Amino acid sequence: MASLRTLLALLLVLAPLAAYARTVVDSAGRKVEIPGKIEKVFAAGPPASILLYMLAPEKMTGWPDPPRPEERPFIAEKYRDLPALGRLTGRGGTANLEVVLKAAPDLILDFGSVRDTYASLADNVQTQTKIPYILIDGRFEATPTALRLLGEILGVSERAERQAVYVEAVFAEIDAVLKDVPVDKRPRVYLARGPDGLETGVVGSINTEVIERAGGRNVAEAAGQRGLVRASMEQVIAADPEVVLTWDRNFFGKVHGDPLWAGIKAVRDKRVYLAPTAPFGWIDRPPSLNRVIGLKWLAGLFYPDRLSQDLRETTRSFYRLFYHVEPSDAELDTLIAWSKGQAPSAAPQPRR
Amino acid sequence: MVEGTGAIRRTAAATLSDHRLAIAALAAGLCALMLAASLIGAYPISPGELVAAVGRRLAGAAPVGQIDTVLFEVRLPRVLAAVLGGAALAGAGAAYQTLFRNPLVSPDILGVSTGAGLGAVLGIFLSLPVFGIQLTAFAVGLATVALVYAVASVVHGRDPILVLVLAGVVVGSLAGAAISLLKILADPYDQLPAIVFWLLGSFSAIRRTEVWATLPMVLVGLLPLLLLRWRINVLSLGDEEAKALGVEAGRLRLGVIAAATLMTASVVAISGVIGWVGLVIPHIARMMVGPSFDRLLPTAMLLGGSYLLLVDTLARTMARIEVPIGILTAILGAPFFLWLLMRGREGWS
Repeated sequence: MASLRTLLALLLVLAPLAAYARTVVDSAGRKVEIPGKIEKVFAAGPPASILLYMLAPEKMTGWPDPPRPEERPFIAEKYRDLPALGRLTGRGGTANLEVVLKAAPDLILDFGSVRDTYASLADNVQTQTKIPYILIDGRFEATPTALRLLGEILGVSERAERQAVYVEAVFAEIDAVLKDVPVDKRPRVYLARGPDGLETGVVGSINTEVIERAGGRNVAEAAGQRGLVRASMEQVIAADPEVVLTWDRNFFGKVHGDPLWAGIKAVRDKRVYLAPTAPFGWIDRPPSLNRVIGLKWLAGLFYPDRLSQDLRETTRSFYRLFYHVEPSDAELDTLIAWSKGQAPSAAPQPRR
Repeated sequence: MVEGTGAIRRTAAATLSDHRLAIAALAAGLCALMLAASLIGAYPISPGELVAAVGRRLAGAAPVGQIDTVLFEVRLPRVLAAVLGGAALAGAGAAYQTLFRNPLVSPDILGVSTGAGLGAVLGIFLSLPVFGIQLTAFAVGLATVALVYAVASVVHGRDPILVLVLAGVVVGSLAGAAISLLKILADPYDQLPAIVFWLLGSFSAIRRTEVWATLPMVLVGLLPLLLLRWRINVLSLGDEEAKALGVEAGRLRLGVIAAATLMTASVVAISGVIGWVGLVIPHIARMMVGPSFDRLLPTAMLLGGSYLLLVDTLARTMARIEVPIGILTAILGAPFFLWLLMRGREGWS
């Protein structure tokens, strides 16, 4: 919050001085000079492209990867067919700097880690291309700050404020429930990733942030470990989670008939849940603001007695406010059925 | 060679029983390790509970809680898979090293692991279920070696072994490039981690059916190696000498390659890429019983089984999460191999 206030103060001081250009301080503390009016923005990776799509889809130069056919209905029609320009940062970077230059953005945006590696990458690209490059802190807890900061930079503060207030309300609603639930009464949750369900994220990793924020206790604890790890079947049996979450349809399709998983509490109690992934993952994939809908969904699954919600209405309002679409009844049916375990197809459709 | 035969001649009878003793001791050690490994794990099972569970199993009584599942569906299959994997990789390594007359050869020399890696990565990329991924790994692993052999057999008039190795290097690096391409194209948040973990190797997802499916494959590969063990010895003398002794080197080589490849591919398909075992273990075996293939094969397989079981038990117990076994075998194998290099070539010939 302090940095935001400094930034606003800085902007107020500088605004009359520089009508065309202004200097902003990004989440990594870098001072970046940006043009007065920003028309086109290049998103450096999938998390940034989702943040940008939510806040200012009209300023997008393209997607990092083309949306899959099953994802397209949930992306506003005007933006479904934007070109795929590749990823500049993060896992498996594929964008070419010449592609970035050809798209001629006024700004390059990255959303996620603001560690030194990313700050120096931003500096390098900025020096090379002469295009201002800003980093926004992608920690889930900092979501409202990120929305307001980028909204201010892009000149879409009004929309940013509406979205930030929405996210703050979701956080507050969950905090009100969690206040009365001691830690040892919270459900023990295992995130099953990969086709065999034995990939998971450890406590504190970006992959399980949303589970912990929704009031679940992640059973994968490992001191000194970060990010994704492999677990063994025996560890899962020993941990005996009360809830298992996944978005892998292969795994979800097999887990109920699998003798190894049969004795696990979550399977016996029918508390294995499949997260929808359209247009973006509800709980991860990628770790961006798409997780806000998953946060509401998970909190409802973890605390069905304390948090009553109309998932259909929640979905409709979230998709309207953040994804700029008005899903039809049939499309809502698809999503709701998906969140209850009936995915539209057995495997994700290939990208085109 | 002169020194070795001299030693054998000197105390022929004593050495023979020494070797039998060494092999028997290794077998006993492996059994002890398997028992110990069955008692260690994330899910606490005491020796008494182990005996009770085995008794229930034999009597056909109903399982009690999760103990029976952990023991018979998770832990024992994993112990067996590690032993089977280590034995197959070390056995294949011993066969390849004898065949190529070169101690730096490992089972991946003809690209079977890289090929299997490509198959698995393709399976993950296509969002196939686990069984489909294993099947593509197995098939592409075999196909890679077949391609290498086909390429090498087209080239005439050069040292056939050199040509095979070079073809293996070329096809292997092509497969490596294809893996990199698929990594770039894969979903970075979903498929890429699965690919990375597969390429690091692990027995963490092993189940009983996979052990039962892999065992006959390994045995089918092992059988010709056992039957041909004396002729394979002759191969290590070189093609000309083998011919003089009435062994047709080319055909025998094809047989050994096919057998060792089948063993390696069937293991790698369920475990992912595990390096160093097939390279280092045959060396230790050779230090113990000498280079003669008939003794080298069982010794290497017993040692390999014990070694991989030990490493896998470490991998599943040393931290609260799994340590990928490929990392451990490299950390343990590389320094040992350097030490071997510094000791010189004794024990090889």
